Order: sequence, then C-alpha cells, then structure tokens
Amino acid sequence: MKRDTLLSMLHDMLLARAFEERAAQEYTKGNIAGFLHLYPGEEAVAVGVLHGAEPNDYIVSTYREHVHALVRGVPAEKVMAELFGRRDGCSGGMGGSMHLFDHERRFMGGYGIVGETYPVAIGIGYSIAMQELPEAVICFFGDGAVNQGTFHESLNMAALWKLPVLFVCENNRYQIGTEIHRHSAVTEVYKRACGYRIPSEKVNGMDVLAVHQATLSALQRIREGTGPQFLEVETYRFRGHSMSDPGSYRPNVEVQAFKDEDPVTVVLEESIPNYPTESQLDALGRDNIAHLTGHMRREGYLEMEDVAHMKDEIARLVDSAVNFALNSPEPDMQDAWQALNCNRGQEVVI
Amino acid sequence: MSEETPVWKALNLAMDAEMSDDDSVFTLGEDVGLYGGSYRVTQDLYARYGEWRVRDTPISEGSFTGLAVGAAMVGMRPVVEIMTVNFALLALDAIINMAAKIPFMSGGQFPMPLVVRMPGGVAKQLAAQHSQRLEHTLMNVPGLRIAVPATPQDAWWQLRQAIRSDEPIVFLEHELLYFSKGTLDTKLPPPPMHRATVRRPGNDLTIISYSHMAKLSLKAAERLSAEGMDIEVIDLRSLRPIDWDSCAASVEKTHHLLVVEEDCGFAGAGAEIVATLTERCFHFLDAPAQRLAGLDMPTPYNGTLETASIPTTASIADAARQMLLPGEIS
Ligand SMILES: Cc1ncc(C[n+]2csc(CCOP(=O)(O)OP(=O)(O)O)c2C)c(N)n1
Ligand SMILES: [Mg+2]
Repeated sequence: MKRDTLLSMLHDMLLARAFEERAAQEYTKGNIAGFLHLYPGEEAVAVGVLHGAEPNDYIVSTYREHVHALVRGVPAEKVMAELFGRRDGCSGGMGGSMHLFDHERRFMGGYGIVGETYPVAIGIGYSIAMQELPEAVICFFGDGAVNQGTFHESLNMAALWKLPVLFVCENNRYQIGTEIHRHSAVTEVYKRACGYRIPSEKVNGMDVLAVHQATLSALQRIREGTGPQFLEVETYRFRGHSMSDPGSYRPNVEVQAFKDEDPVTVVLEESIPNYPTESQLDALGRDNIAHLTGHMRREGYLEMEDVAHMKDEIARLVDSAVNFALNSPEPDMQDAWQALNCNRGQEVVI
Repeated sequence: MSEETPVWKALNLAMDAEMSDDDSVFTLGEDVGLYGGSYRVTQDLYARYGEWRVRDTPISEGSFTGLAVGAAMVGMRPVVEIMTVNFALLALDAIINMAAKIPFMSGGQFPMPLVVRMPGGVAKQLAAQHSQRLEHTLMNVPGLRIAVPATPQDAWWQLRQAIRSDEPIVFLEHELLYFSKGTLDTKLPPPPMHRATVRRPGNDLTIISYSHMAKLSLKAAERLSAEGMDIEVIDLRSLRPIDWDSCAASVEKTHHLLVVEEDCGFAGAGAEIVATLTERCFHFLDAPAQRLAGLDMPTPYNGTLETASIPTTASIADAARQMLLPGEIS
C-alpha cells in the first residue's frame, strides 16, 4: 500500500487516541458531562473502514462515535465543542457526545439507543437504491447490539431488497458488563449474517490494513450491485464502557448527582482507571497503533522521529480544539427552539 | 429498623425480601446479575439466588419484557429491570399490547403479576434520548398501574406491594433519587399502594407533585414558609390510579392548586390532574389551577439549557408566589 495512505491512517489513529485521552481529561475537569464513551483500543476499526469510504457514502454510528466523526473529516474543534455543549459544536450543543451529526460530510448521527443504526442505515440505503446512485451506507454497531430485534428485521430487508449497506460490527466482546458468551448464543457474529444470505467476514480489528482491505472489497461488491455486506471486526476497548464505568458499572449520573450527598461517590471517582501506559499496551500485544507503526518501520516508511513529530503536531491540534471549545459561546434557548422547529418553514402555528 | 437508607438500598432490600419469601419471584434485565444492576438495586442477589432468578439479558427489551409477560401468565412473579425508561419504548408492545390487555381480553382468566422497573428523568446532561419522562405515555393505558416512589420508605413499601400484586405495574424510579437518603422502617404497615401522602401540611396553596419534583416542591415550600406562605405539598406516589380524594380534600382547604411535573407539560400528567380537580373542585378554587412543567422540547445536552428546561426549586417557589401574590412580583 502507498506510503501516503499509510501515513494518513497512522495520523488518524494517533489523532483518535490523543483526542479521546484529552476528552477523558476534560471530563474529569468538568468541561464535559453526561455519558462519555471512549474509543482507545478500537481505532483501527474506524480508520480502516472509513479510509475505504468515498465522500458520497453515508455513515451511521452509535454513541461511541467521536472517532468515526473525526476520521470522516469532521474538524476536531467541532467535535470537541459539541462535547463541551457549545454553540459551535457539530450539533450546536444540543446533542453532546452521543449525538454528533454533520450533514455536509454525510455523517448521519450518533445514536444512543442500541439497535437504532440499522433501520436508519437501510432507510438511507433504500433511497440510494431507488435512485440507482453509486453510493453506499456504512452502519456501525457493537456486539451487544446484534440481539436487538432491529438487527434481524433490518438485515432481512437489506438482503431482500439488495440495499447498498455495509454492516460493521465492532465486536469488543462486551455489552457494558456482560461478556459476549453471556449475551449471545452464537458468538461468531459474522455467522448471523449468513442467515440472511449476506456475505460476511471476520476481520482482525487490531490490524488496520486488514480492516481497510476487507472494507474496500466489501464496498466494491456493494457498488457492483451485490447488495449488503457484513464485517465482524474483532477489537478491544481499553477503558471502561464509559467514563462512569470504572470496571463495575457505575453510571455517571450517580457520580454527578450525589457528589455532595454521598461519600460513596468519592470512591467512584478515585476508581476511574488510569489509562494504560505504553509499556502495558505493548505487553498486551494488542495495540493497533503499535501494530501499524511496526509495519511501517519494517517497510522503511517511517522512523521513530517521524512518529514523534506527528504526535507533536497532533497534540497542538487537540490543544487548539480544546481552546476553540472553551471560547465558543453556549447556545441559548432561542437556539434550542430553532433546532426544534427547524423544519417548520414559514408556517405560523398559534 | 430505622436508619438513614438510600433509595437504591431500600429497593434492594425489598427485592431481597420478596425473593426470599416467594420462589416464584425472579428478576431479569441488562447487567442485573454479575454487575448488580446499573443503580445497584439488584446488588448481591445473583450470588444469593442464582442465575435462573437473577438473569442477565441481552439487549432485547421487547422480547425479554414479553418473556416476563408469558411467565406471569403461568404464575411466576417477574420483576423486569429496563436499564432506563428510554429503552422501555422498545418494550411498549409487551407492556401496552400484552401485559395491560391480556387479563381483560381473556375475560379475566389470567393474572398479570408483572413489575417493570425503570429509572428515568432528567439526570445530568444525558441529552435528548436519555433524559425522558414517559409517564404521559403510560398513564393513558387502562390496565396498567404506575408507582412513582420518592422516598426510601415508599420505595420499600411500594416495590413489595407491586411484586405481590396480580396487576401489571410500571415502577418509575428517578435517577436523581437513588442516592437520596431517608428513614426506612421496615416494620411500619404500608398504606395502600396508590395512596397520596401529605409531605407538608399547609393552608394557603396546594402543590401536587411526584417523584423528584415532590422533593423540590417540598424545598420550595420551606423557602416560602420563611416568607409567610403556608404551602401544602402532596406527593402522589401513584400516577395510575390517582388518589383523587386526598387531592380534592387539600384543594378544598387551600383554594389554590399548583401541579409540578418534570415531564413536558403538553398532554401530560399535570393536564390530567388539573382537569380532574377543576371538574371536581371548581367552586372551591380562588384562582385558576396552574401547571409548572418541563418545556415542550427534547432535553438539550448543554447544561444551562437542560436546567432551564425543567422546574427548579426557585421556579416552583416563583410559581407559587405568583399565584398567592399576583401582581406583587415581576
Ligand atoms: C435499547 C437500549 N438498551 C440499553 C441501552 C444501554 N446501553 C448502552 S450501551 C450498552 C451496551 C452496548 O454494547 P455494544 O453494542 O457491544 O457496544 P459497545 O458499547 O461495546 O461499543 C447498553 C446496554 C441502550 N443505550 N439502548
Ligand atoms: Mg461491545
């Protein structure tokens, strides 16, 4: 693969990691609230898949979607400002971490209710197929999400009508605290797609090149009119389910709401796990960034200084995203009513 | 026992008591087992009662709630935990089309000893899909009962009563109340499950509320008492049925009614309460009954806007002042 492509993938993976680490810090400082689901460990999925997408393709994602948005090209400052709930955020401060939207980049939303991405994706796919456009929809979801009824209903319709949808399961083996063997009768998720005669494949999600390659082939089959395709990407999240899950499930609402009233919240805050060090990650042998840099160094594409240089540049980018967010004004009630009534046009009601 | 107990613990004790008394009681939901429940309500039950009675489920709300309906028809007493009320929208078929109707459609052949527990309400910047109050959706369903406990004592009593009842009961718990503490006396005999309670007696104005807003209303009433206003606060405890006699007795005494609700005002619980009490107590009212409710808008993520979208202690006090001293405040 071309050096430039690899470099840009590496850049996005490093940006993803740095952005999420910074988001965790800003959450601890109180600049971000609500549920915050982070992506460290899973970068190769978003990067491998979305580097295979065309600008005219659509993306539908979950609540763990900051990195999908970044890789899709939503500016880091717009994403950070949304996490801060500011007016210049990509959803105007109305949506927050779980609900990033960017119409221009065909980023069709982060959805908070598990299992919502499928029907939205097949709806977009239906419209593409109806108009015979050369476009595709990429639909992300977790391993826990495949037990929602919409999964089966949507896969059936997608296959029945040959809709141009690439289903991507980010299998990190956990549904919050429930491990996959305790939530699914068939744990090889890709096999479920076979029940609907959708071509499917299991991919190593620690290897961004493998993810990228599988995506390119799947998208090509979609553009040839084969109908929906399915990838199960095996991955791993290093952090808890969200910032409020320190290893046993503890929703952030408890921490925030009862801070003053209950000493137990102090314990919760202290037990938020520290991010693993680089050596710990190396020891795990699981880090997808190490995997890619290793590959590039062996190919002679990269010196360690280049990585250091890239990291510096990214650190500056993330700093400026935070500054942008801090300086952006809060939305006001007028903005909220405007968002609610945006489709009303000139009609005067009451 | 009489001590400072948090609401989650009272619920946990109620679950434990019912499970140990009756083998047909079982609970199921996402992360209720190994994790002990998102809000700890099922803590330690998995170890005590095993996986058949404390079942971790896949994310399949429609079907595991339906499963509980089927089990209830044949004599089990399932307690479903839906992780939050927002996900109950996926289980409405089981709750509304099945649980609420099977006893009726079968001509009274089947009991429906089902409890569906769900945390809800506006917590802290969880955005539009995770901040809902769905009482309006559920109140309009004949065949359902809805309990809305606000204190540890009520949580204890009402959950035990709900589990023992043969009717389907939706149990709405507020996310901001789990860690609020109060006295729990497990020996006290319970009032009927739907009985409203006077949290604070007063003569000038009646505030009717429930759940977290009942707590804020009480705070507002205490503030106003320093200003010489004597407010009566009624906590409904049940939204279906509603204890109209207690409500009417209060309105007939104070001649002023303010209903405070966190849910959106349009076609909400407050609309029902104001309409019924106006029909019943019109000649006793010195001023039009008022509602203070959440704005008719999905909950914004931004923290300032979120706070502005629902009643606060200050806005409740303002609304009451406005009714008692019209014109005197801007
Ligand atoms: C319908 C519904 N039920 C429950 C939840 C609460 N919830 C949020 S994320 C989650 C686990 C999802 O696991 P998975 O699909 O594997 O995605 P991951 O978080 O691991 O990326 C649950 C149960 C929800 N958001 N929506
Ligand atoms: Mg998962």
